[in-house]
Amino acid sequence: MSRLQTILVIAAGMASLLSIVLAPFGEASPMLQVFAAIGILSLSRLKRPMPVWVDAVLAVFGAWALFDALPLYAVEPPYFWLAVIADWLFAWLFVERLALAIRRGQVSNTLGVLIPVTFGLALLFAWEIVVRGAGVPQVILPAPSQIAARLAASVPTLAADFVQTFKAVLAGFALGCGSGFVVAILVDRSPFLKRGLLPIGNFVSALPVIGIAPIMVMWFGFDWPSKAAVVVAMTFFPMLVNTVAGLNASSSIERDLMRIYAANYWETLLKLRLPAAAPFIFNALKINSTLALIGAIVAEFFGTPIVGMGFRISTEVGKLNIDLVWAEIAVAAVAGSAFYGVIALIERAVTFWHPSVRGGRT
Amino acid sequence: MTRGNFVPILVVLGVIVLFWYVMAVVMNAPWQETLNGRVNLTNVPFTEFALQTWGQDKPVLPAPHQVAGAIWTGLFGSAITAPRSLAFHAGITLGATLLGFGLGTLLGVLLAVVIVHNNASDRSLMPWIIASQTVPILAIAPMVVVGFGAVGVTGMLPKALISMYLSFFPVVVGMVKGLRTPEAIQLDLMRTYNASAWQVFAKLRWPTSVPFLFASMKVGIAISLIGAVVGELSNSAGGGLGVRLLTGSYNGQTIQIWAALFIAAALAAVLVILVGWGERLANRRMGVRA
Repeated sequence: MSRLQTILVIAAGMASLLSIVLAPFGEASPMLQVFAAIGILSLSRLKRPMPVWVDAVLAVFGAWALFDALPLYAVEPPYFWLAVIADWLFAWLFVERLALAIRRGQVSNTLGVLIPVTFGLALLFAWEIVVRGAGVPQVILPAPSQIAARLAASVPTLAADFVQTFKAVLAGFALGCGSGFVVAILVDRSPFLKRGLLPIGNFVSALPVIGIAPIMVMWFGFDWPSKAAVVVAMTFFPMLVNTVAGLNASSSIERDLMRIYAANYWETLLKLRLPAAAPFIFNALKINSTLALIGAIVAEFFGTPIVGMGFRISTEVGKLNIDLVWAEIAVAAVAGSAFYGVIALIERAVTFWHPSVRGGRT
Repeated sequence: MTRGNFVPILVVLGVIVLFWYVMAVVMNAPWQETLNGRVNLTNVPFTEFALQTWGQDKPVLPAPHQVAGAIWTGLFGSAITAPRSLAFHAGITLGATLLGFGLGTLLGVLLAVVIVHNNASDRSLMPWIIASQTVPILAIAPMVVVGFGAVGVTGMLPKALISMYLSFFPVVVGMVKGLRTPEAIQLDLMRTYNASAWQVFAKLRWPTSVPFLFASMKVGIAISLIGAVVGELSNSAGGGLGVRLLTGSYNGQTIQIWAALFIAAALAAVLVILVGWGERLANRRMGVRA
């Protein structure tokens, strides 16, 4: 047992003990009492080790007991929060021990997925418990369950917003990345242009390009084309810079080989230089997938028809419907991650030869 | 920027400015024709017409010299504390940017240290840190600022928190890589010296990670500024470059928008260059030959 583990074990046991001691006699939740009692008993592992899964079971049981006790009070008493701390510590202990077991080869590596999942669930759980247990006003921070309920209740609104915003995202993303790619190939033929455009492109990539949103709304109107224009401006330069860098990625020895084969410019480009540039191009696509979503939503703050994710977020904040705002954010997060994930999957398929993919890690 | 690139950059910039003037004529022409039609001005010679399109009050696309003029009067035309002064607004944005950048860098370094030293944190934190950046937080930044305002947290801090959220990510990723740079043979040497974990960190891991830290900080400070500007879009009373963008868009003051945009761009450039200087200084002190 490492020193950190010993500290966690003792801290979890102490939190359980305090939770029992501080619990008001007779009216405390029986489930929580059972949980705390088992928590104290778990201190016996200092003498005799316990398997990893005991901590997992304890953490899950604790979470259940806490949910069970949640409706008992308006604002939870100290013993409840001690039980929360004990439960968090058991989850931490489980993660810590599982990571160690995987490292030693005692447990299969595929179970490693459990570690980030546990962390994510623990965060959600803590959010729910703290918001409901401490009586945080819904205007400030709604609980995850409220957000989920709101999400389920307003699917048509959310779907309409999603479609409106994603029209701009996809159109802008395709146009911006496409034009950046084409310009990069054109620029690549002229060293003079390359030396002039590349530093400027690098510089522009660091600028707050998103600020042109109000100008684009003035130029292209309130509907989605103005948002697509913002996305084009945001995604163009990262694509340009990365593609140009990628086109230089093939080594001179490989280009010489193409010359020996009597390959002309286009054959060299298609069969050697573009495939070699693929990792760079996908890097730009991944950066741009996040930028595109951000650009489209922010541009909607400057004027839209009465639909769209950015519009909904800004108006519902004004109406204090914070749970709907969070539902919209959840949709945006899932959509953003999915967009990114799809590009990452295509990347794995296209750049199967790259060491980062062959090694099984991206 | 090397000397050899100077002429090409200048040429490209020149072409851009030329193109801009042409576009200003094209895009402002319809409105100018309406204006001239109202006072029964017909058959205006082209040169005069072009000059008219470059001198409109609220042009669709202001000419470069109009923007430059607005920046000049904005910076030097009024006292630096006056709300009309662009320098005043740039200062507000700069403050939030630097605070957020500082907090983000600190958080990023701390997370990286924990991740490198603890296997369980590596496995549990890293996937979520990466996922945190696919959330378009920048898109909800103005709302986050409003939310904090409802709780009573106003002023610089909410914007700085947005900047922090954006800038901690490159620092974590860069520092995790940097702190893991020492090779097994170097770590073994530290073991033979009987070095404690703290000594290994302070004398081996930290020095090797400094170049990575600066590379990440260059990315981080640029997005910190973006975060601060976007965070200002919700609160038009607070001041800042984002507010200039917002009020400019409400009042159709295109010249004001462009001036604020260029000031933000200049600010970003200066900040990135400053971090670059810090990088060179640190590298020289670490014994890296340029």
